[in-house]
Amino acid sequence: MRPRQRAIVALLGGALLAGFLWWGALGLPSFGAYAGPYGDVVNAAAPADRQVQNVVTAINFDYRALDTLGEEYILFAAVAAAALLLRRVRTERQESDAASVSESEPNQPSEALHAWGLAMVACTLLFGVYMVVHAVTSPGGGFQGGCVLASAWVVVFLTGDTRLLHRVTNQNLVQLAEAVGAGAYAATGLAMVALGGVFLQDLLPNGSLGSPLAGGMMLVINAGVGLEVTAGFVLILLEFLHQTSETLEGR
Amino acid sequence: MSVLQAVVLLLVACGGAGVVLTREPSRQALVASLNGLLLTLMFVVFQAPDVALSELAVGTAAVPLMILLALSKTRIEARRTNHKDSQ
Repeated sequence: MRPRQRAIVALLGGALLAGFLWWGALGLPSFGAYAGPYGDVVNAAAPADRQVQNVVTAINFDYRALDTLGEEYILFAAVAAAALLLRRVRTERQESDAASVSESEPNQPSEALHAWGLAMVACTLLFGVYMVVHAVTSPGGGFQGGCVLASAWVVVFLTGDTRLLHRVTNQNLVQLAEAVGAGAYAATGLAMVALGGVFLQDLLPNGSLGSPLAGGMMLVINAGVGLEVTAGFVLILLEFLHQTSETLEGR
Repeated sequence: MSVLQAVVLLLVACGGAGVVLTREPSRQALVASLNGLLLTLMFVVFQAPDVALSELAVGTAAVPLMILLALSKTRIEARRTNHKDSQ
């Protein structure tokens, strides 16, 4: 096809797509309008029903807890698959280049950077734990808190180096935490069955509105999710770093 | 729509275009990180703090870091193959 013909086809296709998009946009509700009753009902009912202020948490970890269970296992499967892929290549490299690996000294970061990194790690860990624990009273929860917690390890890598990261992290423990965190969600659901309810029915005492201990089962699940997300991110980081640092040393 | 919302939407549109128009992968990772920060701002302005917190950690730190690590791995690998070929 000549460029001229191609341009005509592209122009026609683009115009058609733009037309359809415009047509679709005309049918959208106006900006900020909310049509469905579900959100309004949950917003009105959840604080009195479950003693929580963060209704998002109530939906994710109580009313629709089964959906979030699936979501968590998608993450778990993704982390496991990525770790598996990265790891196989790692053993191949170790076999082929075992002889050429030398003890090279990487650049040492300055002490000021270390001190700054330490302060940042402390703040990040504190904020992450706060977010996991206060899932029912303020925005956040296990997923978000886990991401924040894991970024503490990223800070260690960025302001220290790979060796420091390996010194403060036990990979076997990280893997264990990943598995325990993921298992805790399903185990909580099964515990509710054992208590005489249905799977993931909140049977724990709800406490009082405004207390971080309100929300019953949501706290337990959030702690598990926080552990799983943190460990998952750290594991991926470690596997990626194994890949790059080994090739660096083997250069 | 408030002025703030309109401005932040415009910024995100510019950021997205910037990511697409940056052709060099390692630079693109940094521009994508910046775009993640703009998206975080947008989620805050549109009152979705939960999503903003996730986006901040994943979009501005984790994903760009993975891209950079993967890039450095492929570059080292390429250099090593060249080196072996020349021997």
